[in-house]
Amino acid sequence: MLSFIGRSFVQKIITLFFVSIVSFLIIHLAPGKPSQVDPMNPKFTPEMVERFRKEFHLDKPLYVQYVYFYQDLFTGKTVSWKDNQSVLKKIWDRFLNSLPLFFVGTLLTWTLSFPIGIRSAIFREGAYDRTATFLSYLLISIPGFFFAYVLIIFVVTRFHVPVIGMETFGIGDASIPYILMDRIWHLLLPSVLGATGGIAVLSRYVRSQMLEVEGQDYIRTARAKGLPPEQVHYKHALRNALLPFVTMFGLILPGLIGGSVIIESIFSWPGMGRMAYEAILARDYPIILTVNFVSAVLVLAGTFVSDLLYLIVDPRIRL
Amino acid sequence: MTRDKQPMADDNRLISVRDLKVYFGGGDACARAVDGISFEVRKKETVCIVGESGCGKTVSALSILGLVTTPPGEIVDGQIVFAGQNLLELNEEAMQKIRGNHIAMVFQEPLTSLNPVFTIGDQISEAVSIHKKIGAEALHEKCIRLLKDVGISAPEQRLEDYPHQLSGGQRQRVMIAMALACDPDLIIADEPTTALDVTVQAQILELFGSIQKNQSMSILYITHDLGVVAAIADRVYVMYAGIIAEQGNTEQIFRNARHPYTQGLLASLPSLSKRGKRLYSIPGTVPNPAYKPAGCPFHPRCPHKAPSCYKEYPKMCDYGQGHLARCPILFQDERRHT
Amino acid sequence: MNLNETTVTKDFHVEEPLVPKRTRLEEFWLLFGQNRLAIMGLLIFILFFCCAITGLFLTSGSKPIFDPSLVRLEEKLRPPCSKSNLDLLEPDQVPTLNFYLMGTDDLGRDVFARMLQGAWVSLTVGFVAVGISVLIGIFMGGIAGYFGQHYIKIDHILLTLLLVSGTGLVILDVILVGAALLLLGAAYIVYSVLTRHRSKKKEHSSWGAMFHINAVSVDTLIMRIVDIMLCFPSFFLILTVVAILPASIYNIMIVIGLTSWMGTTRFVRAEFLSLREQDFVAAAKALGIGNFRIIFRHMMPNAVAPVLVSATIGIASAILTEAGLSFLGFGVPPPHATWGNILSDGKNFIFDAPWLTFIPGITILIVVLSFNLFGEGLRDVLNPKLRERH
Repeated sequence: MLSFIGRSFVQKIITLFFVSIVSFLIIHLAPGKPSQVDPMNPKFTPEMVERFRKEFHLDKPLYVQYVYFYQDLFTGKTVSWKDNQSVLKKIWDRFLNSLPLFFVGTLLTWTLSFPIGIRSAIFREGAYDRTATFLSYLLISIPGFFFAYVLIIFVVTRFHVPVIGMETFGIGDASIPYILMDRIWHLLLPSVLGATGGIAVLSRYVRSQMLEVEGQDYIRTARAKGLPPEQVHYKHALRNALLPFVTMFGLILPGLIGGSVIIESIFSWPGMGRMAYEAILARDYPIILTVNFVSAVLVLAGTFVSDLLYLIVDPRIRL
Repeated sequence: MTRDKQPMADDNRLISVRDLKVYFGGGDACARAVDGISFEVRKKETVCIVGESGCGKTVSALSILGLVTTPPGEIVDGQIVFAGQNLLELNEEAMQKIRGNHIAMVFQEPLTSLNPVFTIGDQISEAVSIHKKIGAEALHEKCIRLLKDVGISAPEQRLEDYPHQLSGGQRQRVMIAMALACDPDLIIADEPTTALDVTVQAQILELFGSIQKNQSMSILYITHDLGVVAAIADRVYVMYAGIIAEQGNTEQIFRNARHPYTQGLLASLPSLSKRGKRLYSIPGTVPNPAYKPAGCPFHPRCPHKAPSCYKEYPKMCDYGQGHLARCPILFQDERRHT
Repeated sequence: MNLNETTVTKDFHVEEPLVPKRTRLEEFWLLFGQNRLAIMGLLIFILFFCCAITGLFLTSGSKPIFDPSLVRLEEKLRPPCSKSNLDLLEPDQVPTLNFYLMGTDDLGRDVFARMLQGAWVSLTVGFVAVGISVLIGIFMGGIAGYFGQHYIKIDHILLTLLLVSGTGLVILDVILVGAALLLLGAAYIVYSVLTRHRSKKKEHSSWGAMFHINAVSVDTLIMRIVDIMLCFPSFFLILTVVAILPASIYNIMIVIGLTSWMGTTRFVRAEFLSLREQDFVAAAKALGIGNFRIIFRHMMPNAVAPVLVSATIGIASAILTEAGLSFLGFGVPPPHATWGNILSDGKNFIFDAPWLTFIPGITILIVVLSFNLFGEGLRDVLNPKLRERH
């Protein structure tokens, strides 16, 4: 078991290294320059451009830049080119904003998908299953922003739920319960939006896994023993059907930094997604590369956790 | 021609299946897997149902316990009388009290019939605790005793093992232990040794023999292997394409088969007396259950075919002492000679 | 009764099998047809395809029947099914049939014409992107699955490094060093080919043997590449590349294709790993059939089922991605119309002109839904485990 962990860890480090190289190359070899060093940009005089280039080592060859950049990254000194703030601090602030959105969305997704999927599988082709299937297809197929606008129109005209931003403008002095309620109101619509797509996909997957397990021989054995249907479904079938989801659980981790650019744009939510989007537009290399790096770390950590969980949960795999 | 008769006294009968019909799918391509069969198992006897793959024997066994998957399959007609009740009329809750408790089943594929994520001990004790309330210690003792009874060595360790750590033969023994857990009146064994090596097969057969002797339960053994039938059966039912072709005790079937299908099966067995000659095989193939021939389902392959064979469905002919065969042509031949 | 001698020689008429013969295609349609939603999906897809093609004819050329780019500022934001105002328009600005089937947008362009034009774009984007990703996926997955256990030797790696860096340096104008590396690489190739020809044995000289050790297996290499690609959040990657490259429809298609081949690779590799152990592959090898023919002619048709399913669903997701990109402003550049464009143009007029949002939105929904239903229907048919047991 330990050797597996060790090997896996080393492989992930190597992958991370290659990811860092690839992302660096993509950014720097692409056409177009950051606005600060664009010779066409009228805002910056040539001296400022030169100074900028010297300060950020843009005049040195690529591999030197690479070393400098990652040195700065690991010591926390990277600064954004747009506003000279520390990149890590910026990311952290935005991350804290995205966190509640992500948390509520994931919670909704995972707690709702399983009952829906399991019920659909047990009562296959029943009315519940048909409705759930149809709704799932609908939710998977709808363009995100279209659905967002439909929801916004509906909610704003009916319920007057505030929609834009994280909190109502000017609420700063109100009492704590009000602030809390305000935050929750604002959180509601974006996270529901984010969750619906996830619920649609995950519940279908749960359903198909349950169906596959229910067709197995050992379920027939369980029934032949005289077990009541609840025990057959929830004890014998579910335990086997849940195995792949344990591994998917580890893969939630990368979602932390994903954020949805579209949802955040629509709701003007100051989150990670929008920051990355703006950074791409402004060619703010440090932010783009750092976000990329952090995301790669999260993906690799997520797969690592998944593999570990799978080892623990499935008795057939004992390395 | 006589109808089926029950020669023995009624209270000796454990389970009696009458005119069972199980159809799959619907509409025009309806597969008539079991097309009106009747059989019975008496107390303390071993009954074998023999037939080729696809003749409906597994489906018949599954219908006794109500385990046929109902959307494609449907029990269209018939009665299964057990302990004075028609099992086909019972609701799910009542059936659960019977399954594992009075009637237990051992399946064909030991490699996939055990839940891979639970230990052997969990699964066996579950079989017991579902139907009987006994304390944890007594339960543990019982599980160990069950494993010993089926011939598994080091039972204490085996209880903590997972199914994938056991061999196929051992897993099948565990299945048999689970079936025995509540001392059922009837054990249905659906080709339990087909997936195992011949040596293991012999051991499992021996196990069944000793179970029956020691625990006075009945066994309904389903197989396609006539050798097994000769070894353990008291009475035999020969099935073909969803119907019972012939029934009788072992001696009658092997020495005096009276249905062309049974005769063909026996003739296909290799033996020393046939050495040097070409091995016989019944020409043609088993019909598709959805497209069965009219009249007698065996008539396209039968050497004794007559025009009446595809006009009317043959009735069972009684040769006395419980030996019946569904072939009027041979019955008439017999009567003409005696 | 002794049957040993008599019946074997008897000649009897065994009847023809009673089961009606059905080809695989017929059986496929029979099963597929039972899934009503999937049939609906297929029909809608065919309808969409026809619309796209007719739309292409109707809106292209210099004098199209439905002109998607004609700006009529006098006719801004007319609701659907409204007649055009003949007094204000020049004769050649009047829409066909004098009728705005789906209204006009904020520049007075006929939304119906734009939708028709957009249909073709969405179709192309979907198919080309998925085509690219499926081709790459099948290739990578097939190689990984079939040649997985072969090892890449260190000398191969060194050779590749030499050639790549040589070419790179030459491109970057460092000609001397670059050319030197290239020459070194070429020399090594010549050397190894010559030695292999000269000696019949498989071993190389001691120099060569040093470099001929196994470095990494093909399977590991390809899977690591897949992992690296998976580390980039896909939407960001697409966004990054599209924002950086000049905006054009071809770039978008290629980028979406280049970032979505990982799933197909995994499927194909898994199928190949299981197919490789099957007897028909061993039989083909025993007949002396070459490796590539085995892969593409014998194994691929068996592995194609999950690829088909993920391809249909991939088309749906490519259309959605393109719409999303247009929404953010990175889609196909104007005046070319795509459904995402129309949607994003309309987001500013949600309350005044809701049809600008609803019409393209619902159309995208229906088309993507049909692809998804068709794909799921295919999956149910091609996967025997999930089918009802007949």
